[in-house]
Formats: sequence, C-alpha cells, structure tokens
Amino acid sequence: MIEFVGVSKLFRHGGGAKLLRSFVQDLWQRRKVGTFYALHDVSFRLDRGESLAIVGRNGAGKSTLLSLVAGLAQPTEGRVMVQGRVAALLDLSSGFHFELTGVENVRLNAALLGMTRKGTAQAFDEILSFADIGDFIHDPVRTYSTGMLMRLAFSVAINVNPDILVVDEVLAVGDQAFHAKCLDKIEQLKRAGRTLMFVSHSSPLVRKVCKRALWLDHGQLIMDGIVDEVLDAYAQQPVPQAPA
Amino acid sequence: MWNGDYVFVVSNLVQKDFKVRYRNMSLGIFWSLLNPLVTMGVLTFVFTRLFSSQQKNYPIFALCGLIPFNFFSLAWSTGTSSLIDNASIIKRLAVPREVIPIATVLGNCMHLLIQVGLLSAFVIAFGDGLNRHWGWLPLIWTMEVAFVCGLSLVSSAINIYIRDTRYVVESFNAVLFWLVPVVYPFSYIPSRYREIYLFNPIAAVVMALRNILLEGSAPAASLVMKLCLSSSLILALGLVVFRRLKKSFYDYL
Repeated sequence: MIEFVGVSKLFRHGGGAKLLRSFVQDLWQRRKVGTFYALHDVSFRLDRGESLAIVGRNGAGKSTLLSLVAGLAQPTEGRVMVQGRVAALLDLSSGFHFELTGVENVRLNAALLGMTRKGTAQAFDEILSFADIGDFIHDPVRTYSTGMLMRLAFSVAINVNPDILVVDEVLAVGDQAFHAKCLDKIEQLKRAGRTLMFVSHSSPLVRKVCKRALWLDHGQLIMDGIVDEVLDAYAQQPVPQAPA
Repeated sequence: MWNGDYVFVVSNLVQKDFKVRYRNMSLGIFWSLLNPLVTMGVLTFVFTRLFSSQQKNYPIFALCGLIPFNFFSLAWSTGTSSLIDNASIIKRLAVPREVIPIATVLGNCMHLLIQVGLLSAFVIAFGDGLNRHWGWLPLIWTMEVAFVCGLSLVSSAINIYIRDTRYVVESFNAVLFWLVPVVYPFSYIPSRYREIYLFNPIAAVVMALRNILLEGSAPAASLVMKLCLSSSLILALGLVVFRRLKKSFYDYL
C-alpha cells in the first residue's frame, strides 16, 4: 500500500552541494538560492495489487515521485507512507560496478536491494536464466551492451520478489523477445497481488500494463484515473509552452 | 522500507572494493607490503644511522607506529569520499546509508590484515616472538577500526554538503601524524600532557602495540580503558550525526 498525503518536494537550483567558498559568500551577501517544487501538493493512494502508470513531460516530477516511493528522498511537506518491500529499478547502472563480472554484480545488487544471502542463493539460477545472456555473465559488466545490462538489472530487480515494483523508463532498451518476457513476468507479479508503479513514454505499453494512471505536470497532479482516459487527455493537451 | 541483510550487504560491498582494487594490480598484495617496508627502511636508516636512536629493534618500533597510522589515514580519507564515490547507489537504492562508509573502512582492513601479518612475521623472526599478551591484539585493532568508522561516518556525511571536507581531512591527517608517536618515542611527551595525549585512540593503539610486541608486557589497564572509551564514543557520535544528516543526502548529490 502506498499513500501520499499533500506531498511536496522542494529542490534547490544547482543541487545544493557546495564548496566552502560559496557557503561563506552566501552568508556574507545573504544571497537567496532559488528553489523549485519538483512535486507540489500531490495526494493519492495505491492499494495492494494495483498497477499505476505515471505520465507527464520531462521534468514533470515523475522520477521524484518514484524516489519518494522508494524511500530515497524525504518529502519537504506532507506524508509518504509505503508498506512492503520496494524494488526500484530507476536506472540501469545503479548498484552495478563496471569492473565486476555479471555474476558478482548480481550478488551485489541483490544484497543492495535487500535480499538475504540465502534468498540470493535460491533465486540465483532463476536470475541468470531470466537474463539469458549466456557466457557473458562471467565477463566484466563494462563489456556489456546496454541491452544486456538492462536484461541483467531487470532480472535481479524482478526476482527480488518485491511487494512493490517500481520501474522507471528502463524497459525501452530490451529487444522484442525480452520485452514480452518482462511483460509476462509483470503479469505474474500482478496476479500474485504485487503492486506496480511504472513510468514510460510508450503509451501502448502503459495501456497494456497498467489499469490506472497519474498525470503530472510541473510537479502538480493534473489527473488521476483510468489509464485510457488519462492517456487520451494527456495526448490532447495543448502544445506545451516553455515553462515561465 | 529496506529490511535486508546488513551483514550480506556489507560483505558484498567489501568484496567489491577488494576485487576492484586488486584486479588491476598485477602483483596484488605485494603492493600492500611494499609501502610499509619502504617507509620502515627509511625511518630505520634515518633514526639509527643519522640520529643514532637508542631504541632497540627500531624496524619493529617503526612498524608499530606506521601500520596503525597508515591504516587510519587511508581508511579515513577513503571513508570520507565513500558516499560521493557511491553516489549512484545513494541516488537509486534504498540501502541504509550507514553501510557505505562502514563497508569502505572495512574494505581497508584487508590491507591492514596483510600488514599486521608482516608485523607479526617481523616480531617472530627478529624480535621477542610470541607471548600471551598477544591476546589483547584483536581488541586493540577492533577499537581502531571502530574509531575510524565513527570518524568516517561524520566526515562522509559532511562531505556531501560541503565538498571540500576531504581536503580538511587530509590536512588533519598530516597534523595527526605528529600527534602519534610514530617516529618519536612516547617519553618525549612532557609528562603533564601524557594523560590527555593517550585519549587519541591512534596514539593509544601504537602504545599498546609497543607494550605487547616490543616490551612483552600487557598494556596498562588505563590505556586500554581510554582506547575503548574514546573509540566507542566516537563511533556512537558518528552514528548519531550520520542519522541526522542522511535525510537530505538525495537532495545534495
């Protein structure tokens, strides 16, 4: 179960990290650093077993929302409640070390995602066979193609057996056959009552996978409803103007 | 919520560091031995030939100072930049943030273990050999590691907000070298500062090692107490400070 109550996330321009010099300068000149809302007053509730897509233009706040669900960031205002184990696939290379082999990376990533030593040993063969990249599994990951990397990353995340699976935009790089296999696996998870959150710019895929959709724009929740209605409305939006 | 296996995660991160470091070195652990050996040789030459120190077994005397200090300075500086170096993990995976600096410090223990082996070999071959006080050694090394973990938790967290923290750490390391009896004996310290001086865990470790390995005696109870007290205090402080600061790591990376 996931619940957002009036959630806002404020970021500073430039990411906030500083050198000592700029700290002193800011103090001296009392300069105000610009901030912006990546999410503004977003509320929704997602029950167990639901599948939710998040759509919106680049910079609409989709990834920020997923990072709050995954517990990576804290909301500036409001409350985020998440029950159950989350496996978040937000980026292909996160948690992968390019000098390590595929096998070593599988173990490292499973551990980082919260699997036990025993659980990893049990799921190990399933992960390798799902990724299906053959003998390359013993080569350093830096030699992999993007597709191979994605196969391996996805296969670890999905075999962690999460209560909530969060997928950001990464399915796009797989080939047709792998795509079909992933969708199969996602269907299986959904039937098993797992919750799914999904960001993709491919609307046929979104319609296929999700029943419900959120439409975000400039950090605000524009629409929350059945996937077809939200996508149709999103497709008909006026040509976007540059944000003021 | 992340409710995984801390031991499994830390051991995987330590193995990662170890593999990455040694896979690109043709001679592997040899490099871990070379550096202390060279420094020991130089110090021994300078202090026995040029300054004609009366210290018996100068090479072992030097290693007892060099090994704890080198571990401290290397582990602390890699620990400080560990969160930035693993930014992709912090930004994308919900693993408890504490494991990153701690695993980085523990990763340096491989290095330390090899050097401790070297020191033991020296004591057995050229020094007084084994004695029953060696039983103190695991506790003493554990306290040093705990101390470095505590410091690294604080400095790595601050380093996210102020990126030049690591330069401060480096300078601090240089100062600390002289606050530890690496090249000079403890007897050079004026007696009124001695009690305070030993609250520095690294100085306490060096003193305890010399008691055990050079003099064949047990470290003084007050010395061990000071070591345990200041190390655990710093570790606890590190965990508390880290917990406060970790909430906004994502926003600053």
